Amino acid sequence: MSTQKTLFDKIWDSHVVSENDDGTSLLYIDMHLTHEVTSWPGFESMRVSGRPVRRTDAVLAVPDHVIPTTRRGERIEDDQARIQFETLLQNCAEFNVPLIPLMDERQGIVHIIGPEQGATQPGITLVCGDSHTATHGAFGCLAFGIGSSEVEHVLSTQTLVQKRPKNMRISIDGELPLGVTGKDMILAIIGTIGTAGGTGHVIEYVGSAIRALSMEGRMTVCNMTIEGGARAGLIAPDETTFDYVKGRAMAPSDAHWDAALDYWRSLPSDAGASYDKEVSLDAEAIAPQVTWGTSPEDVAPIDGRVPDPAAAADDKQKSAIQQALDYMDLKANQPIADIKIDRAFIGSCTNGRIEDIRAAAEVAKGRTLAAGVSAMVVPGSGLVKAQAEAEGLDKILVAAGFEWRDPGCSMCIAMNGDMLLPGERCASTSNRNFRGRQGRDGRTHLVSPAMAAAAAIEGHFVDVRDLAS
Amino acid sequence: MKKFTTLSGPAAALPMINVDTDQIIPKQYLSAITRAGLGKGLFHDFRYDSDDKEKPDFVLNREPYRNAKILLAGDNFACGSSREHAPWSLDDFGIRCVIAPGFADIFFNNCVKNGLLLIVMEEAKVNELIALADNPQSCEMAVDLEAQTVSLADGSVVSFEIEAARKHRLMNGLDDIEITLQKDAEISAFEARQKAALPWLYRAV
Repeated sequence: MSTQKTLFDKIWDSHVVSENDDGTSLLYIDMHLTHEVTSWPGFESMRVSGRPVRRTDAVLAVPDHVIPTTRRGERIEDDQARIQFETLLQNCAEFNVPLIPLMDERQGIVHIIGPEQGATQPGITLVCGDSHTATHGAFGCLAFGIGSSEVEHVLSTQTLVQKRPKNMRISIDGELPLGVTGKDMILAIIGTIGTAGGTGHVIEYVGSAIRALSMEGRMTVCNMTIEGGARAGLIAPDETTFDYVKGRAMAPSDAHWDAALDYWRSLPSDAGASYDKEVSLDAEAIAPQVTWGTSPEDVAPIDGRVPDPAAAADDKQKSAIQQALDYMDLKANQPIADIKIDRAFIGSCTNGRIEDIRAAAEVAKGRTLAAGVSAMVVPGSGLVKAQAEAEGLDKILVAAGFEWRDPGCSMCIAMNGDMLLPGERCASTSNRNFRGRQGRDGRTHLVSPAMAAAAAIEGHFVDVRDLAS
Repeated sequence: MKKFTTLSGPAAALPMINVDTDQIIPKQYLSAITRAGLGKGLFHDFRYDSDDKEKPDFVLNREPYRNAKILLAGDNFACGSSREHAPWSLDDFGIRCVIAPGFADIFFNNCVKNGLLLIVMEEAKVNELIALADNPQSCEMAVDLEAQTVSLADGSVVSFEIEAARKHRLMNGLDDIEITLQKDAEISAFEARQKAALPWLYRAV
């Protein structure tokens, strides 16, 4: 067997507490992020069994899913949402779990605040009861989403029983064309491998186009890894990573920084390490992407067309495409650029970071929303919001007609009242175009922040590269 | 955890590919702090119209599938969100076994934790089962986990594969946390080693 290890192998091997006879491993978990929706069953069960949280220094909680993005600080009107939010506060107080309160400037979407606070670090294992935990893999850590039973398992034991996934490598070389982003890259990848392409695997992203991405762009790519079926995506840590982590509240401090850096530099995959599955894409061939259907794999370039079910490979594909077109109210062969929108949503753990807000503001500057279109920008955290306001981005966006909201998951999951009405069509920077995801009978098209802003300005999808600034 | 040994009853077919967990149980059921009653929300938008009236064509709104115990699904079933409400809602409805060509990873783990049996079966075979399930006269099936078989109404028996460990956990209803806590000394030893090597991962609270 080869002694060359992948980044994934190194992290996995250094976290195995014990191997079980059945081929599963007891894996140690270094950091656990949690929120209001998936944590209550664990706390409830631990209260009954009398078990404590094993390491309160290795868990961080924040409310993000059900909280409103307007009139922050007022009583949450929805009874269920308010009770769930308050339950998180009570559980954290009772079990001594550190919590970032709603009114704290550090509050935000769990996958945005982890990196911001330095809780996300290279080489660690990180979990959260949320499938978009894959985001954190951008730092070269093994990060994956878990269910509520596993949340309780981690709270009680700081470990998880896991079957070792396989290694998959996706190489993206070349330079991304101007106006093409990490979002377009990951949508193109999912379009290539399909939504089950990474099932059972951890995906490592490599290549010059990945190296050239900022941490924000890398997080966007890793975030949607789950939409390709893999629970975790990984990018080897480098100077871009270290520069981002340095000085953050929970990051290694002065005394430990050099030792941490030495360790982190040992993590990248060894030359010659082998992968179970390999895919490569040419960055220069990627255009801005727009999804047309009800699965993230249903994606086309902005200059493309809605597919024709008659041209499908088999009956199953044919009926899947037809059902998607019926739901989305689109016609076969319709040009993507002809699709008109009613709403735009800029935000989420996929695209709610400062770079995303800047991209939207750059497009919006000096322009106004198309007649009949409404658009909201929801920063991913209070810190992103403050940074954007310090740069004057909020003023640019508001002047163009966009709403400027308080941070949270908002209309990505539509649990907090921010939602589409039946039949409304939305250009969304979020991660899932599933039926009803943003509101029953709502129609979601996934795009980058610049593309969402451009569609909001023009009233239909448009190649952001044609909007000369 | 509930044990899984045998299960028999009507099998309902939902042969769409990529049915995500938002379809299994939508967002409005996620803000409660109870699992009770989630079966009502199972496949909500397929099952009810916008006035919350049942759609008569949907399989789970028809007899005998209202009492379905087994679901026959398409590939990549339960992709997307990690919500454990997906297995909870299936269980609460009465479905404790799903047979499909493939399942998403997080859902797969969540089902083991809740005593639900997922059977991975090649697509051609699933299609044979669907053909029987689509006829109310032949939709009864009986799953025997120990024997690893599904007995069909036409008298035939289909066998299936399952990892030994998952089978053992399901058949005995084992509680993972209880088992892991018995390894407390090993976990503590790991922590001592890691703390010496990577001290910054251990913070003062």
